[in-house]
Amino acid sequence: MTPSSPLTCRQVVEMLTDYLEGALAPSTAAALEEHLATCPGCSTYLAQISHTVRLLGAVTPDELPESTQKGLVAAFRGLRPPRP
Amino acid sequence: MSALKPAPIQPALQPTELALAARLIAGDEAAFAEIVAAYSPLMLHVARGFVATRTSAEDVVQETWLQVSCSLEGFEGRSTLRTWVLAITRNVGRRHGAAEARELAWSQLDDGGGTVDPQRFRGSQDPWAGGWTTAGAPVAWSPEQLALDGEALTLMTRCLRELPLRQRTVVELRDVDGLDAGAVCDIFGISASNQRVLLHRGRAKLRQLLEDYYGGREAAP
Repeated sequence: MTPSSPLTCRQVVEMLTDYLEGALAPSTAAALEEHLATCPGCSTYLAQISHTVRLLGAVTPDELPESTQKGLVAAFRGLRPPRP
Repeated sequence: MSALKPAPIQPALQPTELALAARLIAGDEAAFAEIVAAYSPLMLHVARGFVATRTSAEDVVQETWLQVSCSLEGFEGRSTLRTWVLAITRNVGRRHGAAEARELAWSQLDDGGGTVDPQRFRGSQDPWAGGWTTAGAPVAWSPEQLALDGEALTLMTRCLRELPLRQRTVVELRDVDGLDAGAVCDIFGISASNQRVLLHRGRAKLRQLLEDYYGGREAAP
């Protein structure tokens, strides 16, 4: 950042989720983008947050145990016998 | 005739969702097995927002499915079936949480502390106050480091479980399951900004853990 920048790095890092979610006012988003364009530290930080989100997208979702799923289907069969 | 259509007052009926419900009402076991497999991962994450353990969360999901099976006729197709099932999960989860005498204060705001170690920024006396210090600025992860994604993924899965529960629940639903922000707010009765605070704090902690793991920053003296 430069001394004349309206946003500091310390402020920018706390605004990145709001930014990624499109929740910032257009003027604030513009100021943030201006900051990112000239600040390698913050643009690296943003890239790392984005990488973190991408990795999270690859985490295997929690599954209900197979036996529980089978038990539920059996219970469903009892509750709702197939209709022609 | 006006080119402008009035906005619908009721959400539009969802024919494909009604058709799916009709198959379930008719006792289509394969359709039921399919939605159990598809929605249960999300439901487990929703349930974990209300109850203390993974086992309790499984109980919530099981009870929800039984309740869904019995009340399919009540689905009106004004939302997706998934949204309807998640609302039931929330109700069952909330009841189990109350029975465990465990009420997570979902509406309570997190304290406003920063998510990045303040030592990494220049102090107020510095002409560049609030900017990264030389040692504190994040160092880009190298392609070699990023190639270790398999290990990073294992780490991420483990670290997710160690996040404070509300942050963990929001991060899991948003970033792992891909649920949209509005749905998360509806389920837990939180504001959009509170949802973003929880998401941000969770993501920032996980980024820090990855940074420590990749060794991108020299240890502080």
